[in-house]
Amino acid sequence: MDFDLTEDQSLLADSVRKMFADGYGFEQRKAYIKSAEGWSTAMWAQYAELGLLGLPFAEEDGGFGGGLTDTCLIAEQMGKALALEPWFSTVVLGGGFLRRASAELRRELVPQVAAGECKLAFAQVERQSRYDLFDVATTAKREGGGWVITGRKGMVLHGDSADRFFVTARHAGGQRDHGGIGVFMVEAKHATARGFRTVDGGRAAEVEFDKAHAILVAEDGLPMVEAVVAEAIAALAFEAVGCMDIAHAMTLDYMKTRQQFGKPISSFQALQHRAADMLVALEQARSMSFFAVQAAADSDADERRRGASAVKVQIGRSARLVGQQSIQLHGGIAMTMEYACGHYFKRLTMNDSLFGDADHHIKALADDGGLVKAA
Amino acid sequence: MDLNFSAEEIAFRHEVRAFIDASLPAATRAWLVAGKSPTKAMVVEWQKILNAKGWAVPEWPVQWGGPGWSAAQKYIFREELQMAPAPSPLGFNVNMCGPVIIAFGTEAQKQRFLPRMANLDDWWCQGFSEPGAGSDLAGLKCRAVRDGNEWVINGQKTWTTLAQHADWIFLLCRTNPEAKKQEGISFILCPMNLPGITVRPIITIEGGHEVNEVFFDDVRVPVENLVGEENKGWDCAKYLLGNERFGQARVGASRERIRRLKIIARESMDGGRPLIEDPDFRRQMTEIEVELKALEMTVMRVIAQDMKRADSKPNPATSVLKIKGTEIQQGVSEMLMKAAGPYAWVDGDPDEEGSNEWDLAPDWAFGLAGTYFNWRKQSIYGGSNEIQRNIMAKAFLGL
Ligand SMILES: Cc1cc2nc3c(=O)[nH]c(=O)nc-3n(C[C@H](O)[C@H](O)[C@H](O)COP(=O)(O)OP(=O)(O)OC[C@H]3O[C@@H](n4cnc5c(N)ncnc54)[C@H](O)[C@@H]3O)c2cc1C
Repeated sequence: MDFDLTEDQSLLADSVRKMFADGYGFEQRKAYIKSAEGWSTAMWAQYAELGLLGLPFAEEDGGFGGGLTDTCLIAEQMGKALALEPWFSTVVLGGGFLRRASAELRRELVPQVAAGECKLAFAQVERQSRYDLFDVATTAKREGGGWVITGRKGMVLHGDSADRFFVTARHAGGQRDHGGIGVFMVEAKHATARGFRTVDGGRAAEVEFDKAHAILVAEDGLPMVEAVVAEAIAALAFEAVGCMDIAHAMTLDYMKTRQQFGKPISSFQALQHRAADMLVALEQARSMSFFAVQAAADSDADERRRGASAVKVQIGRSARLVGQQSIQLHGGIAMTMEYACGHYFKRLTMNDSLFGDADHHIKALADDGGLVKAA
Repeated sequence: MDLNFSAEEIAFRHEVRAFIDASLPAATRAWLVAGKSPTKAMVVEWQKILNAKGWAVPEWPVQWGGPGWSAAQKYIFREELQMAPAPSPLGFNVNMCGPVIIAFGTEAQKQRFLPRMANLDDWWCQGFSEPGAGSDLAGLKCRAVRDGNEWVINGQKTWTTLAQHADWIFLLCRTNPEAKKQEGISFILCPMNLPGITVRPIITIEGGHEVNEVFFDDVRVPVENLVGEENKGWDCAKYLLGNERFGQARVGASRERIRRLKIIARESMDGGRPLIEDPDFRRQMTEIEVELKALEMTVMRVIAQDMKRADSKPNPATSVLKIKGTEIQQGVSEMLMKAAGPYAWVDGDPDEEGSNEWDLAPDWAFGLAGTYFNWRKQSIYGGSNEIQRNIMAKAFLGL
């Protein structure tokens, strides 16, 4: 057993950290949010230059052959920087589908994605679906030699800047059947995306498909969706750990410098215990993020799904405690837009609800028999 | 023991409810139901309606426009307003500065300020906290120096809620830097339109503008703007803070939000069924309802005790109300956000009416996350929940 990073992995994490140290100061980030895209095109170019955008794709497709651990290490740094660029939607979600797509599609798109020229998004959520990946009302019909898709997808992360969408759409069965869900790819020009800002400062879009011309990626698509989402959950776990790490460290620093009643507030035992509880939550989350990588690679789909749920539960619970307490222990200052801590809290809140919040997954896991088998 | 409201009290509740139904502008009610904070115009309009009815200042003596209600009636009135939901009479006027002037002010101050406060002709704000004086309020530095017939004020206040609307600010200023910290503070009233005052907005994490920094640079007010004795302002402050804590139980407000939660949970889907049918959701919500019932009974006990107490000092039990009341409100705001599932991510500016013409999310989902973020303030202000525990450890537990 070895939790240490390889030398290559350390180098990767360091170079990403360094890139953000230079390009992601608080004021810089604010300017990115205000820009037309809502994120930094200059940083995006740097992602490409550093090889982050092509990392998880096979070398023969034009990528660098990285694994999920590499992706997760990047995600952790994204969390620490509160990065706004469409890396998660393009590389983790879109890339997850692309890696599993036909050789033809991979050959066409991977080089473009790696170069930062093609941004991807995953259009999945529907008004009624909540967190159920299989609850799909959007329809797919064969037309001529191809497919057309009709329906509305909500909360499509970075859907307003995507060049291509991976879309779940139903070609058979009832709205909540596990079968009959296809994964399709639609070019942005065939869809209408209405972008808006999300509560954490990011971007998302409501995307409408009206008989949109689509390319079939997988006809029985749900297993593919679940595999991609399991990887996304691992990346989100690392991102959350990155956020928690910073929120906790900021809180400790602040406690040591903030004076009330003639002494640093870190001298009050009630607050010391709270900071210790935050550390317990953070370490539990960190451990679970390692498990997330292991679980996402499980070849047994049921085991993988249970593992991913367990990860979401622990990360969500920890993120809530660390996020809320980091605000509380700061006092009023962390309630302001001009102070970074609140932005970590908001991101942690949103991170929890991506692909199902802790409440959703504890129910799913409990219904699925939990983690420990009774002999 | 009789835990029931009397027939008169029940009749009173109906009277209040009927009045609110008949007089509360529909647009204001709809705005508040949607979870938004009322605009200045809404608060002013409504308080003038209440004042015309003689109901704007329930806590004040009859002589100054109070309706002469019992503690139970005041409680019923507050609860009905919160449940309507209607704006509450402006706390800075009615529950904070007004009672201090009544308890500590001169006759001239009462004549001059109280009627305009009651009618919200003047909007007041609270200038207590400073960058270096939060929980340790008595550590405040903002100076007021006597110069002939004037106080000259220099320093900074912060977190000043709705100072952007205010005509007046009530200040705690240091008037004797040599004395022990609590003994060199005075309570001073200051118009907001004087030269030397600068108000700078502080934007809170959800994007709203409700708090401000207020700077004082050689601001001059007449000596008669001192309330109570010079260097005895801490007595006013303690009196005021005790009243503030009591107001934070907000039982009616939580009940209104739970009602809202139930309505949203009928529309929001989970597992192919309305969320309200999910046993886990219902259990979580019901836990809060039970806590709220217990809090309500605790509030009633405090009221009953207070009705029998001779002195009007704040009851130390108000710390219990503050802690539990804010925890419940924060809990409900979190459940409201989570009820919207992924649609809670849409960023709704809480102060602006988004037209939602593109139907980005259900109308009811806007602002739910923002309120959850914003309401983290509740366990910080009004004496943080940690400070309340310190007060209890001292005042109740003798530790
Ligand atoms: C939205 C908002 C609106 C406000 N409106 C107003 C207003 O209108 N007027 C006004 O005057 N003020 C207002 N306040 C200020 C509010 O009263 C202060 O924020 C509060 O007193 C806490 O002070 P602080 O923020 O400086 O935190 P600090 O006092 O620095 O506290 C930081 C942390 O340390 C803890 N702590 C401090 N001392 C102790 C101790 N002895 N033992 C254990 N823990 C301790 C606190 O509980 C907190 O967790 C507002 C604040 C907010 C956030």
